[in-house]
Amino acid sequence: MKNYWYFFLFLIVSVLFSVGLLGFVALIRYRRRLVGDKCEPYECGVDPATPTARESTSIRFYLLTLVFIVFEVETFFLFPWAVVHDKLGLFGFVEVLVFLAILLVGYVYAWKAGALEFRRGDE
Amino acid sequence: MTPFVADVLIPLGKIAAVILYPMVMVVVMIWLERRVVALMQGRLGPNRVGFQGVLQPVADAVKLFFKEDIIPRQADKLLFNISPVLVMFSSLLAFCFVPLGEPVRIGTTTLTLWIADSPVGLLIVLGLSSISVFGVIFGGWASNSKYPLMGALRSVIQVLSYEIPTGLAVLTVVFLARSMDLVEIVRRQEASGVWYGFLMPVSFVVFWISAVAETNRAPFDLPEAESELVAGYHTEYSGMKFAYFYMAEYAHMVLVSSLVVILFFGGWLPPFQGVKALAFLHAVPGFIWYLVKIMFFLYLYVWIRATLPRYRFDSLIRLVWKWLIPLALANFLVVALVRFLR
Repeated sequence: MKNYWYFFLFLIVSVLFSVGLLGFVALIRYRRRLVGDKCEPYECGVDPATPTARESTSIRFYLLTLVFIVFEVETFFLFPWAVVHDKLGLFGFVEVLVFLAILLVGYVYAWKAGALEFRRGDE
Repeated sequence: MTPFVADVLIPLGKIAAVILYPMVMVVVMIWLERRVVALMQGRLGPNRVGFQGVLQPVADAVKLFFKEDIIPRQADKLLFNISPVLVMFSSLLAFCFVPLGEPVRIGTTTLTLWIADSPVGLLIVLGLSSISVFGVIFGGWASNSKYPLMGALRSVIQVLSYEIPTGLAVLTVVFLARSMDLVEIVRRQEASGVWYGFLMPVSFVVFWISAVAETNRAPFDLPEAESELVAGYHTEYSGMKFAYFYMAEYAHMVLVSSLVVILFFGGWLPPFQGVKALAFLHAVPGFIWYLVKIMFFLYLYVWIRATLPRYRFDSLIRLVWKWLIPLALANFLVVALVRFLR
C-alpha cells in the first residue's frame, strides 16, 4: 500500500505545483481589460474567415485512430506474455505467433483498404 | 525514525527533488538548445546574459512571468485554462516511477532513489506520459482557431501512431528482462553484462525514432511547424500558459531520455563492466553516469534538430505505419525466435 500513498503524495504535490505556479504568476503579471483585435483568433493579421474554426476535419484522422486502437490493445496484450514467456515455453510462443498472424491479417486489410494513407490519390 | 518522518517527510523531500530535477533540466536544455543549434548553424546564439548566456533561460522566465495572459474571445475558457495545467502535471507525473539509481545507505537508513516502484512500472510510465495528449487536444480545440486545431489533430495522430512502435520496441526489452520493473530491468542488464541497446540495436533505433516523434521534436515537429501552422496547438497561448506547454515538452524529452538510458543503456551502470583495468569507473557514483547518459541523449535531440529537415505530414504517417511498425514486429519476432531456438 505504501507505493499508492507515495504516488498519491506525488499527485497532490505535482498538481499543487502546476496550479500554484500559474496562480502566483496570475498575481504578478501585467493585467489589462482585453478589448479589440487582441482577442481575435490569430490568422496572420486579417479578420478570421469563419466565425468558428471547429469545422469538419479530414476523416483520415479518425480512420487512423481506429486502426491505432486495434494495434495498441494487441501490443499491450503481449506484455504479460513477455514477462512469463520462459514459464509458458514453446506453447506460449506458438500462441503468440497465432495471435500475431491474426493481427497481421487486419494490418494487411487496413493497408489494402487505404486506411494507412494520408494523401488523397495514394490509395 | 518516527513513522511521520519515514512516511511523509522523506517522501515529500524526494518528491520536491524529483519535481525540481526536470525543471532544472528544462533550464539547462533551453540554453543548450539555443547555443548548440546556433553554433551548428554558424551563429552565436544568446551570449549576453551571464557567462556565455547561461542566464538567458532565467531572463526568458522572468519575461514570461510578467507577460499578459490573452484568451481569445471565442475560446472555451474552462478548457483553455485547464489544458496547460494538464499538460504540465501529467508530464511531471511519470517521473514518480522513474528510478534514479540503486538504493543508497546513509547511516542506518536506506534511501531508495525512486518515489514509488511497481512491478508494472514501465507500463505506468508509458501510460502517464501519454496523458499529456489530452491537454494538447483540449488546448487546440478550446482555442477555437484554425492553426491550434490543426496542430492538435496532427499532434494526436502522430503521438498515437508512434506509440505502437514504441510499445513493440519496449516489448523486446521486457521479453529479455522478463520484468516490467524499471529497477529490475537495469539489474538484469548488469547481470547479463550486455546493455540491451547493443544486444538489440534495431529495438533501440525504433524506440528512439518513435521517441523523437512522440515528443513532437524536429524532424517530426509537424504539430508546431512554424512555416505552416504558426506555433501549432499553442498558437493562442501567451505568457505563463505558453511557458507551461514549452516546459512540458522539455520535461517529456528528459523523461524519454531517462527511459532510453534505463531500457537500452544500463541506467546508472558504468560502462565496460567486465574489464578489470577499467574498474576505477565504478568509483564514479551511478547517478553521475545516469546524468551523463541522459545529457548525451538530450544533446542528440538538439543535434538531430540541427541536422535533419522537417518531414512532410503524409511521409511521417507513411514512415510509422508502413516502415516502423513492420520493422518493429519483425524485430520482435527475431528476438523471440533467437531466444527460443537457443
